[in-house]
Amino acid sequence: MSTLELTVTLNGEPRALAAPLSLEGLLQQLGLDPRAVVVEHNRRIVRRAQLAETAVAQGDAIEVVHFVGGG
Amino acid sequence: MTVDTPFELGGREFQSRLLVGTGKYRSNQEMVEAIEASGAEVVTVAVRRVDLDRTSEKGILHHLSPERFFLLANTAGCYTADDAIRYARLAREAGFNEWVKLEVIGDQETLLPDTEGLLAATKQLVSEGFKVLAYTNDDLITALRLEDAGATAVMPLASPIGSGLGMINPFSIRTIKRRLSVPVIVDAGVGTASDACIVMEQGVDGILMNTALAQAREPVAMAHAMRLAVEAGRAAWLAGRMPRREVAMPSTPEVGMLA
Repeated sequence: MSTLELTVTLNGEPRALAAPLSLEGLLQQLGLDPRAVVVEHNRRIVRRAQLAETAVAQGDAIEVVHFVGGG
Repeated sequence: MTVDTPFELGGREFQSRLLVGTGKYRSNQEMVEAIEASGAEVVTVAVRRVDLDRTSEKGILHHLSPERFFLLANTAGCYTADDAIRYARLAREAGFNEWVKLEVIGDQETLLPDTEGLLAATKQLVSEGFKVLAYTNDDLITALRLEDAGATAVMPLASPIGSGLGMINPFSIRTIKRRLSVPVIVDAGVGTASDACIVMEQGVDGILMNTALAQAREPVAMAHAMRLAVEAGRAAWLAGRMPRREVAMPSTPEVGMLA
C-alpha cells in the first residue's frame, strides 16, 4: 500500500503526516499516552476506545489536550 | 458547643472547607507540598493543549494523584459560553468526574465574569449532566439565577482573581449565603490568612484560592496559615460573634470600687 502525505492542523499548527494513520497512531508518533490526554477531532471529542478506529484525513483539525495547573 | 455540619457538595462530603488551585507555583514540588499543608481535598486544574515540542513534560496528574485529591477542572480563560462548554466537555472526557468550575470571563482587565454567558453555559452543562460550580460576581440576582439553573454551588468572588484585595463586599456575600440553598463557596481575591478568616466568618460554606498560596513568599507556610484561618473563621461563625457597638461597655464590674 502506498503512503500518501496529508496535512492537518494539530494544536493550531499545520503538520504533515503519512497516511494511513489513526488517531491512536498519531498519539504514538507524538510519544503521548492516550490515558493522559483527550483528543478532539474536528471539534468532536473522540473516546479513548475509538482512537484506534478513527482515521486522520486531509485538512482535519486535531486538538490534543491535558490538565495543567490552574485556579 | 455548636458542632459543625459536614461540608456537603454535589452529593459528596468533604472534611476541608478550603479548596485550592494549582496554578502559578514556582515548582510542582512546592505546589504538592503547599496543597498538603493546606489540607484541601478539592483541587482545581485547567485544560490546555499539550506542548507537542515538549511531550516529555508530564501533565499535572503526574504530580497530583486523582485517587488522593478530588480534581475539579475549570474553564479559566474562556470568554464565551460555547468555549466554556467545549472545555468542560474535554475535561469530563479526561475521565475523573463530571464536575466543572465554570468560568466565563467578560473582561480582560478585571477578569470579572460575563454573567449572561455564565448562565447560558450553566443551563447547557446542567442539561448534559455536569455538576456546575459557577464562578460569579457578588450579585445576588445572578446567584439566584444560577441556583435556579441547577448549579451545584455558586462561587461569588471576594475580589478580582489574583488581586489579593480580600473581601470587598461582605454584605453581598452574606446576602447571597442567606438567600441560596445550594452551597456558597467564595472564590478568588483573598491575599492572606485574615482575608480567608473574614470570608469564613460570613457563614459561607467554603473558600477557593490559588494565587494567595502560589505567590506567597513561602507557599507551604502560607498554606498552613490558610488552613488555620479557614478553620478559625468557620469556628468563629459557628460560635456567633458579639454585637458591634459604637460605644464602650466595661468588661470589669463598676460596683465595688473604692470610695
